[in-house]
Amino acid sequence: MLHSSLWIYKNRMNNREERQNNTNGKKPNSDKKNKFVREVAEKKYEYGFTTDVQTEIIDKGLNEEVVRLISAKKEEPEWMLEFRLKAFRYWLTQEQPDWAHLKMPEIDYQAISYYADPTKGMKKDGPKSLDEIDPELMKTFDKLGIPLEERLALSGTAVDAVMDSVSVKTTFKEKLSERGIIFCSISEAVREYPDLVRRYLGSVVPYRDNYFAALNSAVFSDGSFVYIPKGVRCPMELSTYFRINARNTGQFERTLIVCDDGGYVSYLEGCTAPMRDENQLHAAIVEIVVNENAEVKYSTVQNWYPGDAEGKGGVLNLVTKRGHLRGANSKLSWTQVETGSAITWKYPSCVLSGDNSQAEFYSVAVTNNYQQADTGTKMIHLGRNTKSTIISKGISAGKSQNSYRGLVRVAPNADGARNYSSCDSLLLGSECGAHTFPYMDVHNDTAIVEHEATTSKISEEQLFYCNQRGIPTEEAVGLIVNGYAKEVINKLPMEFAVEAQKLLSVSLEGTVG
Amino acid sequence: MLEIRDLYASINGKEILKGINLTVNPGEIHALMGQNGAGKSTLSNVLVGNPAYEVTSGTVMFNGKNLLEMSPEDRAHEGLFLSFQHPVEIPGVSMVNFMRAAINAKRKYHQQEPMSAADFLKMMREKRKVVELDSKLANRSVNEGFSGGEKKRNEIFQMAMLEPTLSILDETDSGLDVDALRIVAEGFNKLRTPETSALVITHYQRLLDYLKPDVVHVLMNGRIVKTGGPELAMEIENKGFDWIKEEID
Repeated sequence: MLHSSLWIYKNRMNNREERQNNTNGKKPNSDKKNKFVREVAEKKYEYGFTTDVQTEIIDKGLNEEVVRLISAKKEEPEWMLEFRLKAFRYWLTQEQPDWAHLKMPEIDYQAISYYADPTKGMKKDGPKSLDEIDPELMKTFDKLGIPLEERLALSGTAVDAVMDSVSVKTTFKEKLSERGIIFCSISEAVREYPDLVRRYLGSVVPYRDNYFAALNSAVFSDGSFVYIPKGVRCPMELSTYFRINARNTGQFERTLIVCDDGGYVSYLEGCTAPMRDENQLHAAIVEIVVNENAEVKYSTVQNWYPGDAEGKGGVLNLVTKRGHLRGANSKLSWTQVETGSAITWKYPSCVLSGDNSQAEFYSVAVTNNYQQADTGTKMIHLGRNTKSTIISKGISAGKSQNSYRGLVRVAPNADGARNYSSCDSLLLGSECGAHTFPYMDVHNDTAIVEHEATTSKISEEQLFYCNQRGIPTEEAVGLIVNGYAKEVINKLPMEFAVEAQKLLSVSLEGTVG
Repeated sequence: MLEIRDLYASINGKEILKGINLTVNPGEIHALMGQNGAGKSTLSNVLVGNPAYEVTSGTVMFNGKNLLEMSPEDRAHEGLFLSFQHPVEIPGVSMVNFMRAAINAKRKYHQQEPMSAADFLKMMREKRKVVELDSKLANRSVNEGFSGGEKKRNEIFQMAMLEPTLSILDETDSGLDVDALRIVAEGFNKLRTPETSALVITHYQRLLDYLKPDVVHVLMNGRIVKTGGPELAMEIENKGFDWIKEEID
């Protein structure tokens, strides 16, 4: 029984190049069109407002004193400070990686402030009641569609709302704790549940993992901590909403999710930022531990400010996300809808240690104007009969560059490992780029690894067919793009799927005309 | 209903239509015949506003409005429909979502509320019977994996849904077997009313046997060179186009 690893590479070019060229000669209303594109690009980001709230921001710059200051502000135990300092000292010895297919603006790490607290005046252990939260902050989250009052919450969703470096409020904490579920900010967890945090923090993404992971480990600000005890199914969707507000500050999200034997949790992350001319840095780490028979679903709707139509400003989204499927029969699913950020550098990955463990990565990445995305996943098969699925849909428009980068590794002992990868790229217009970088590293003869890739273009014929039936071009693009991304969108929790659909259409408005 | 006057049009700078004059009255069916390259498809594309074609001069009035100034979607909303010669596939977009977008865009244009999901699905069920389209096809992606015959039936189904006043059938009979041709033609006839008109582009008599045109035009080198009754189509079927060419020369 010798299965050899299987490599299927289909590249179905569905390029109507000829027709494209035919129509290029004649642009009767291109001026009008450009104006329209500009207008849309300028107005489309609805979350670009800033909040005027008293914010304590520490001085710009990064050194050991800053690391100590952050730790002190968070009233952390000694071991946490040690962890940060080790990470910082390691970071100093490293250089920023440049292997991604990205033109990264130079980041001046001394020109950034590493701690901004918009809850100054509120108690350090979090507001006891909503009255203690600055009404401006309440308004901000209301405006973002994230009400902090539990009675207004989206049905069945608990929220941890993080602005800049600090968690403002976590809802439904008490209700969840009745089942032994811990859902709080990571800062609070470090103080309240030090044993759990100490055991798992850095266990999936060690600070030596990469440059940005080291930076995050040194200066991480806030994020969520989730612990699902043995045999408990979390009765609500848990979500964290990240908001960058303060100017010239970096946000260093740190999230840790531990799902114990037989537990289940579905977690969703959303992000927005104001429109600013300068780049903002968001360097995050998300670690997930999945024990025996446990299941975690992690969904992201990333809508950081993408920069303007000329490529000015926008968030640099440099993220290390990884899950460790430790136990047998464990399951982990990453679903991401990435529409924002000037630059996305992000590879939510899975280490499949437990026998029969199953991992999934479903991704839609949209880039428009001058956005750049280099995103994908790593599936590391260590256990026997482990199974992973990768479904990636890239959509590029404008002058953007969109890359899928994925690694599938099968270790010598991973008998019966299976992977299926499908990477599709959709191009809107002729000035954007789509790239696929699949890496495979298979060390077991019984493994079956499949990869399929397609590149297609929304053709003039398709759009005209829709127009003739009375469907305007903008709406036609929305229909086609949502149809294309359906497989991924369907993986999101219901309420968010609807939001994501709207987001996809909005992000691409004005791209074809 | 439709008045074309001295219409000139080109694609990629090449002039294809060289002075078309044509009037279609309500209730009439006009057949447009001619050899390949005569300009038949160009005329249909120009009428529906395909941006790949450029109108260089002439006028087209549709129900008293200047058709050439309207966007393709407004032309559709005003009641113009094209049954495409090669219907394009749109993967991932279900026929249901596609038709709902089309119907609601039209209703919006006419300042009507969107149709309720229940009414819409009922309408889909009724209309697809016109061309014997089964429910599976209606739930698939637009034209994806449809056979040639299914694609043409799907065009007439969309026509049934959108209820146009002027339909252009661009070689709707090409690639159809005898049974499919009958289904498509009978479906079309069921949709006819005294107010609806059609411009039927075809090479063959067999479609016209079903549709019974009132007027037959022959298009040659971008101009209508001969107009007659149904008997003209019969004559072309028997003798081809050469005798007309000789007549002109």
